[in-house]
Amino acid sequence: MLNFTFQNSHLIMASISLTINGKKRQLDADPQMPLLWALRDVAGLKGTKFGCGIAQCGACTVHLDGKPIRSCSYPVSAAVGHKITTIEGIGTETNLHPMQKAWIAEQVPQCGYCQSGQIMSAVALLKEKPSPTDADIDAAMKGNICRCGTYTRIRKAIHTASALTKETASTGGK
Amino acid sequence: MTNRRDFLKAAGLTGTGLMLGIASYANGKTALVNMAIPSPKAVLSFELHPFIVIDNAGGITLINHRPDMGQGSWQAVPMLLAEELEVGLDQIQVRQSDGLRKYGNQLSGGSSTVRTGWTHLRQAGASAREMFTTAAATRWNAPVTDCYAERGAIHHRPTGKTLTYGDLVDDAAKLPIPAKPQLKAKKDFKLLGKALPRPEIPDKTTGKAVFGMDIDATNGGPANMLYASVEHCPTILGKIVSINDAAAKKIPGVKAVIRCERPMPHRTAEAVAVVATNYWAALQGRRALVVKWDNAETAKTTSTETYFANLREKSKGETSPYYTTGDVKTAYEAAPKKLEAHYQTPFMAHAPMEPEVAVAHVKADGTCEIWAPVQGPDGAIQQVAQYLKIKEENVKVNVPFLGGAFGRKAYLDFVLEAVNISKQMQAPVKVVWTREDDITQGPFRPGMLSAMRGAVDAQGNVVAFEHKAISESIMRQVFQAPLGNKADDWVKESIGKDESPYAFPNAQVSYGNVQTDIPVVWWRSVYSSTSNFGHESFLDELAHAAQKDPLSLRLDLLKGQTEGEAGKSARRFTTVLETLRLQSGWDKPLATGQGKGVAICQSFGSICAHAVFVSKQGKGVKIDKVVTVLDCGQYVNPDNVRAQTEGNIVMGITAATKSGITVASGQAEQTNFHNFRVMRIDEMPAVAIHIIENDEPSGGVGEPGLPPVAPALCNAIFAATGHRIRTLPFDMNAIG
Repeated sequence: MLNFTFQNSHLIMASISLTINGKKRQLDADPQMPLLWALRDVAGLKGTKFGCGIAQCGACTVHLDGKPIRSCSYPVSAAVGHKITTIEGIGTETNLHPMQKAWIAEQVPQCGYCQSGQIMSAVALLKEKPSPTDADIDAAMKGNICRCGTYTRIRKAIHTASALTKETASTGGK
Repeated sequence: MTNRRDFLKAAGLTGTGLMLGIASYANGKTALVNMAIPSPKAVLSFELHPFIVIDNAGGITLINHRPDMGQGSWQAVPMLLAEELEVGLDQIQVRQSDGLRKYGNQLSGGSSTVRTGWTHLRQAGASAREMFTTAAATRWNAPVTDCYAERGAIHHRPTGKTLTYGDLVDDAAKLPIPAKPQLKAKKDFKLLGKALPRPEIPDKTTGKAVFGMDIDATNGGPANMLYASVEHCPTILGKIVSINDAAAKKIPGVKAVIRCERPMPHRTAEAVAVVATNYWAALQGRRALVVKWDNAETAKTTSTETYFANLREKSKGETSPYYTTGDVKTAYEAAPKKLEAHYQTPFMAHAPMEPEVAVAHVKADGTCEIWAPVQGPDGAIQQVAQYLKIKEENVKVNVPFLGGAFGRKAYLDFVLEAVNISKQMQAPVKVVWTREDDITQGPFRPGMLSAMRGAVDAQGNVVAFEHKAISESIMRQVFQAPLGNKADDWVKESIGKDESPYAFPNAQVSYGNVQTDIPVVWWRSVYSSTSNFGHESFLDELAHAAQKDPLSLRLDLLKGQTEGEAGKSARRFTTVLETLRLQSGWDKPLATGQGKGVAICQSFGSICAHAVFVSKQGKGVKIDKVVTVLDCGQYVNPDNVRAQTEGNIVMGITAATKSGITVASGQAEQTNFHNFRVMRIDEMPAVAIHIIENDEPSGGVGEPGLPPVAPALCNAIFAATGHRIRTLPFDMNAIG
């Protein structure tokens, strides 16, 4: 839901109601502000990163209704009425998402800056394809650049997460 | 060496704590230390001063004095300390040093952290361990030999009594620091050499890790921070003619539009900052700016095309030798088979995933505080103090994690720019560069020409080898070193006689300097990623001319080198190449359309060889696998050694096959990842990495894997297709 404020006929701020990581949040932001900056600078969720600003690198990947989007090129106002999930919303410190567990097991990150985006793309992939092939991984992950070069480990970690997810499912979530 | 005074002062400052420093420096061979040419503007100091803080509640804090940009210093430095201190990694807190001189050289660069710290960090840990042991033995009135250290406590073997370091710290702090503590034998290591999980990785999977980009009041940054986006001149030497900021100032949130500057070591560039209450407003304001630039000066002269033409011209004349063996000219003239070739590598942007970003607060009391992802907080203090003309003790630098750097964040233009803007605004300001700023503004890896000549006799022996490396010099441009006709020592890193120890009977390797206004700086592996391309590719050409297997030819050439440093290098090269032959299945015949290539390079104290296997695919080739052998001497964490080498392979393939930076009319032509392309996951080949086990001194691992990638790849492509690639970058999908 949007409430606009005008000053001298300039639209300066809107009160934007969003659902982020399962919680209702009221953000005061320019409706055209990319979701990336609204998440980082207004909502204070800085796990999502700025990398290129033109949807070329994937560092800003978040989920909109479970699908990966590049938040640097997505106006915050367009996210109204959708469920937004960020890296902060996929697991908790005591109950990490299987993808996060796999990322730790395979020691994926180097600098770590692109990894929130990588993990968000990977989580979306496993929802679509619980047992992805290397080709599936390449297709789903090639929008995410890693300059440190962690690609081999990303592939491994996605396979590991796939196995972990199945294990969890077969033991009834325990 | 003990430094009692520092020690006491430090202990006093921390009240009941023990703070231990070793004020000595390794005679370690590092690229950044061995500057033969005096540098009037040197910003690096060369002391090592790691330390350990233990409080009497048992808290153990180990300092990481080298910022972590992904290379693993956050774990490696504490591991070296903890091994000898006898504490577990689960018992310690790690803290990043803040640039104060007592920590010594804090620059993450030249793959130097472990190789300069291997002995001295361990000595620091061992000294503290011995002091705790002595303190406990005294307390128990027992012989020291009955006491041993384990997991942050001293244990009395006969009785099983235990005192923790926290219990003992008051007593231990009063003892003299052992001058020559006993270091553990390699076989007794509990941490070093083990593939232990890196402590910061969990936070890097949950979004909790704080990078420079993330700094604000919620994580230690300043309150009431403003944001700035800076319009930099699109051309290299441009000047501001006029600024129309009417539209920019109408953007809600924009506070000010100001002239500012981007101070580089060799030149200061004019710029315009839009300062706002949030970053998005600042960026919108910047987009609404209309700045007229005078580009007359730069447009006439500055292009990469002109630069490379100048390099070719320079190669025709005299260059300054690194070494000369025999008489290369006569041998070349007399030989039946002569080869001559030019190899060229482009300017290159670093493009770390986190663009340049810095928070600066120039305060009313004349002090300044910085929060920024810099590779060296000590250099940042010096440069900020010098820039503001204030004392170093009035500058405080906080270093969060670096979202990649590759050399870029040891060049502090973006920090000084933030300082300039903060001073004008009289407020804390966060300057965020866009990706376009990052890619177009430089500084870049300097483009290089390797002018090669060589000859083979009738028996297939290489009888002449000549390499003229021609480029702009970082030492000249960045440090304004008076290079004159001297060879830049840094360019020798991987092509000097000791570093590339082939026993050519007649050889000369030399350097020629060509100046440019295009800003240059070190880029991961500095010159080795450029000079080694011509060096190791041309050797492949000579092997084919001699009708010899390229790996065997290398082994043959190494046999004759037995003396001194070069002889030592030759023996290690031989082991690496023989291991690679075995591990890669080098001698197995390949199918038609497949090819293999080899290259080897010594840089930053380590030796790395790759065997690359390719197959023809359509009009191009694809990489089937890369097999790597790395001799990095004694290492800290083998899994991290592998991770760094995997990264080097990716960055090496990217640099060889994607985009370089071209400059036309003074303006970089690449702007963002759509036209400065980098390798993505779908092009990642299979990789197998073998680490040589030996007791050699620690070498670097952050860079040495990169230089041999391009020559090994291009040598493989020649084997598969008959097409010799001599200019980088090239398109893997269109060979020939």
